[in-house]
Amino acid sequence: MMTKTSPRSDLFMFVLFSTAILTMPIWLAPVGAGYPDLLQKFAIFGLFALGFNLLFGLTGYLSFGHAAFLGIGSYAAVWSFKLLGMNPLPALLFSVVFSSLFAVAIGYICLRRSGIYFSILTLAFAQMSYNMAYSVLTPITNGETGLRVLQSDPRLFDISSQTSGSLISNLFGIEMTGYPGFYFCAALLIVGFYISQRIFRSPFGMMLRAVKSNQNRMSYTGLNTRPYTLAAFVISGAFAGVAGSLLAVTDPLAGAERMQWTASGEVVLMTILGGAGTLLGPILGAGLIKYFENIFSAYNEQTLHAIFSFLPDFMEGPVVSLASLFVGEGWHLTLGLLFMVIVIFLPGGIMEGFNRITNMFRRKRSQVGKGTGHSRSPASATAAE
Amino acid sequence: MSIIRRPMNRRSLLKAGAASGLVLATPTIISRSAWAETNFRNDPTNSKTVTFGFNVPQTGAYADEGADELRAYQLAVKHLNGEGGGGMLNTMKPLSLNGNGILGKKVDYVTGDTQTKSDAARASAKRMIEKDGVIMWSGGSSSGVAIAQQSLAQEMGVVFMCGLTHSNDTTGKDKRRYGFRHFFNAYMSGAALGPVLKKEMGTDRRAYHLTADYTWGWTQEESIANTTEGLGWETVNKVSTPLGAGDFSQYIAPVLNSGADVLILNHYGKDMINSLTQAVQFGLRDKVVNGKNFEIIVPLYSRLMAQGAGENIKGIYGTTNWNWSLQDEGSAAFVKSFGQEYGFPPSQAAHTCYVQTLLYADACERAGTFNPAEVIKALEDHQFDGMGNGPTLYRGSDHQCFKDVLVVKGNENATSQFDLLEIAEVTPASQVTYDPEIFGGELGPYKV
Amino acid sequence: MDAIVLQILNGLDKGGAYALIALGLTLIFGTLGVVNFAHGALFMLGAFCAVTFNHLIGLEQVVVDPTRTTAWGTPLEIRMPYIEVWLGDTGTAMLNYSVPLSIVFAIPAMLLVGYVMERGLIRHFYKRPHAEQILVTFGLAIVLQEIIKTYFGANPIPQAAPDIVRGAMDIGVFIGLDPGTVVYPQWRIVYLLFSLSLIGGVFAFLQFTTFGMVVRAGMADRETVGLLGINIERRFTLVFAVAAVVAGLAGVMYTPILPPDYHMGMDFLVLSFVVVVVGGMGSLPGAVSAGFLLGTLQSFASMNEVKTILPGIDQIIIYLVAVIILLVRPRGLMGRKGVMET
Repeated sequence: MMTKTSPRSDLFMFVLFSTAILTMPIWLAPVGAGYPDLLQKFAIFGLFALGFNLLFGLTGYLSFGHAAFLGIGSYAAVWSFKLLGMNPLPALLFSVVFSSLFAVAIGYICLRRSGIYFSILTLAFAQMSYNMAYSVLTPITNGETGLRVLQSDPRLFDISSQTSGSLISNLFGIEMTGYPGFYFCAALLIVGFYISQRIFRSPFGMMLRAVKSNQNRMSYTGLNTRPYTLAAFVISGAFAGVAGSLLAVTDPLAGAERMQWTASGEVVLMTILGGAGTLLGPILGAGLIKYFENIFSAYNEQTLHAIFSFLPDFMEGPVVSLASLFVGEGWHLTLGLLFMVIVIFLPGGIMEGFNRITNMFRRKRSQVGKGTGHSRSPASATAAE
Repeated sequence: MSIIRRPMNRRSLLKAGAASGLVLATPTIISRSAWAETNFRNDPTNSKTVTFGFNVPQTGAYADEGADELRAYQLAVKHLNGEGGGGMLNTMKPLSLNGNGILGKKVDYVTGDTQTKSDAARASAKRMIEKDGVIMWSGGSSSGVAIAQQSLAQEMGVVFMCGLTHSNDTTGKDKRRYGFRHFFNAYMSGAALGPVLKKEMGTDRRAYHLTADYTWGWTQEESIANTTEGLGWETVNKVSTPLGAGDFSQYIAPVLNSGADVLILNHYGKDMINSLTQAVQFGLRDKVVNGKNFEIIVPLYSRLMAQGAGENIKGIYGTTNWNWSLQDEGSAAFVKSFGQEYGFPPSQAAHTCYVQTLLYADACERAGTFNPAEVIKALEDHQFDGMGNGPTLYRGSDHQCFKDVLVVKGNENATSQFDLLEIAEVTPASQVTYDPEIFGGELGPYKV
Repeated sequence: MDAIVLQILNGLDKGGAYALIALGLTLIFGTLGVVNFAHGALFMLGAFCAVTFNHLIGLEQVVVDPTRTTAWGTPLEIRMPYIEVWLGDTGTAMLNYSVPLSIVFAIPAMLLVGYVMERGLIRHFYKRPHAEQILVTFGLAIVLQEIIKTYFGANPIPQAAPDIVRGAMDIGVFIGLDPGTVVYPQWRIVYLLFSLSLIGGVFAFLQFTTFGMVVRAGMADRETVGLLGINIERRFTLVFAVAAVVAGLAGVMYTPILPPDYHMGMDFLVLSFVVVVVGGMGSLPGAVSAGFLLGTLQSFASMNEVKTILPGIDQIIIYLVAVIILLVRPRGLMGRKGVMET
């Protein structure tokens, strides 16, 4: 299926993707997700997962501590707000620099090992960052309460008249909340998608895939793979840094819990759920999980009664009480079931589902005649961006 | 040559992307400025109902507390809409509500899950504000989360009524014009405990602190240590423990031979349940040190925690905001309607959330508008009675409620599974009132 | 001196719990090649076996006393466990010993859970990539804990140790220290002895039975064992069930120390993975020694003397040690080459 990708189809995909992202406020409104905060989260976590996928999807290195870079990006951004002012551009710059520096250091150490040893090393670094940020490093991180911008902060380049206004990041006068905030994130997501697409198609990307398929053989050819994997690790860390910085741009607060292992686990789940190694998959996975988190958790008995009010009374009660197990305080249960169902039936994630559906249509069209030899192994799903 | 191959058309592509972004953004920028000219965010004037947001932990360690808070909120909405007997609406003084909703509008609500995480709580609150159009939201089981939401309230211009939060910072260093706290705080716990500790344990004690290693733990440690040192106690050691440590044995073991005769556990929730259970297992309560019985103190108690710690809480002192065994008119009315609705008595978290909802509604009615700037002014320095805890002042300078604080003791002979805490003393509000200046902080503007 | 003895005891006790969980995890890794993120959930299910057993034998007879009412106006209910009504003092004693007694209940329950999990789900994932195993077992863990939450709530449920071992005992006098210096909870001693004997039991089972021999051979080289005509897959089910029982029993006996709640499995999950990896993938002695090593180090890092020199060290010691060990010894303490390295 690799043959399918030509510069033209890439361009088509890119334009389609950009249009879809920019029109999200319109087409997501009917499912209840068309409000700025959730749209921002879609874009931000999409970017996070996109970056994670550059490491995991291409090289197969499963980092279990990627949230550390998200947190570092957030802290760097908020510190930039505090010191330099509320413009998001220096904040982004700071975040990229800091998260990349950390990624170089952590990556250099962790990439000396592979497989689960690598995973545990990254996990250990992330957990150390989290624990320290929560307690001992409180002067820098403001611990549990989270780092915020205060009126008393220097904010060197802010206009002095702004002392009484609310402390919201603004790009030359446009406040980065609500829809403008979303478009800012969306623009960066599109840039990120573009970079990611380029990497996927580049010789560098091929090299990373080769690392995934057989690292030993790579080293037998006399090639040192570590610079490549380290580059992938740092790029992916920088993506996470940008995502973290965007979290702070749309909402100037940075908390330690962003670095906890559950947050690292979340991005792993997003990526696998959507389809690791595919371009679009991680973004879909991120969207799905964030949607569940924000929308499913908001249902309560009252809303359920409203939904099922068309049922006769004797049925409505039991149906509502059954459904309430899966929403509101039970939304984790739905999420867990979803993970299981998808990975059991669609090992390649949502993207494999899409591929199967399109294949089904294609096969119908071209009739049975040729043995299409459609393979269901995840490897084929990986190659089918 | 760079390793990333670049196609010829990347510039044009980026430009196109940025341009379409700007085009799509334009109408919303205009509509935002249009919004600024109307009075306030989520103005319900043209709607038949008014929507509240209840943002409680539904997953994670505080899920049960969150569930209890949600029950209380639902009950409050019922009472506001004139259903279910009215509860505290019958006892609240002064009262402007009349059981037909607020300002003639029926009260509706939406719920959300904070997961006891600042990020999740803010995301959920933003959903309520941006999508569901709430005029006020409330909830919480942790100070970090409450403070994070409170500053969001200030940014968004929507009032946040704090649920359970005990840190001094909530109405101190991090106070906000748009945030209000009915719950008491660590300083008040210390001030209330002082006299009781003096009476029960004397003035010659040596205290050892185990403190959850984050902001709330530190403020409580500081407040309690100030109190006990004021009594003449010596502080042997203050040891910080990681949040969610699970097994505290390595922190408890050094207490044994430290020469301390009082252990103060500045823990909440699961940490408190575990550390107390394990401290009792280490035989601390049976120890005699310096010729005195070893004592354990848990400055902040809740009934749900007491349930989790089981037998181990017997005879252990602490403070609580409210307990269902209170006999005053307001508490009785609330316990009655809550118990009839759900079959068991409410927790202190439920009480504070219920009261907060009613107080906000009443303030709207008194202000005659939902405009937050006016509602805030109506709440500030408001005095009321008949909602448990006696006459209460919502102080304007820091948005902290001042009311009687309960010093409680783990019940030695409980009559039921809910009868876990015994009220040792009701410390009058005057004794726990302090100067708002000591914690600093800035409320911020009325209009945002 | 007394402080050091106390911390060694603490470390061993903690280590016992870590080792038991890590033992099962390693057994599953080593034989089945499955990364089981639901292992923490098995520990939690074990703990809730104790809770369930306690609830079952503690089922209460409810008598309504119409003459007295509660604060909210309903008649007061007087509750009395059936078992006390029927069996009198024996019943009371059974309630008192409910935690150790629930082992009898937990073994078949956890065997069943392990059997169903392996047959129903895990076996289909032997050949799948590790990432998918992680996702599916993590999903399962969430589902299991949410089910527990629906039935038992999120609040911890206290389980009391039997009266006879509820207090603390003076260990110091046995080793020649002054009386009263080293006082340690009796139940923790029981737990330590229990974990040691369970670990010993598992090792003996693997060492001295034919079944164990096949399993060990399978861990060393699965393909060759398969070529010898031994149906290794069939034995996997039992291996998984045994691992589930070990985790479950660790959970049962831990309840008096840590009142169980639905989330306790997740709290132990990350830690137990660190223990397993530090011990070395696929090495049972490695897992056990890493458990005790990390437990002891954690205890010592929490001592005030250490914390004043290195503030916050107790928060990160486990991870720090993990990083150092993995950098010095590429495959952990006793890991074998090629296991889970790709």
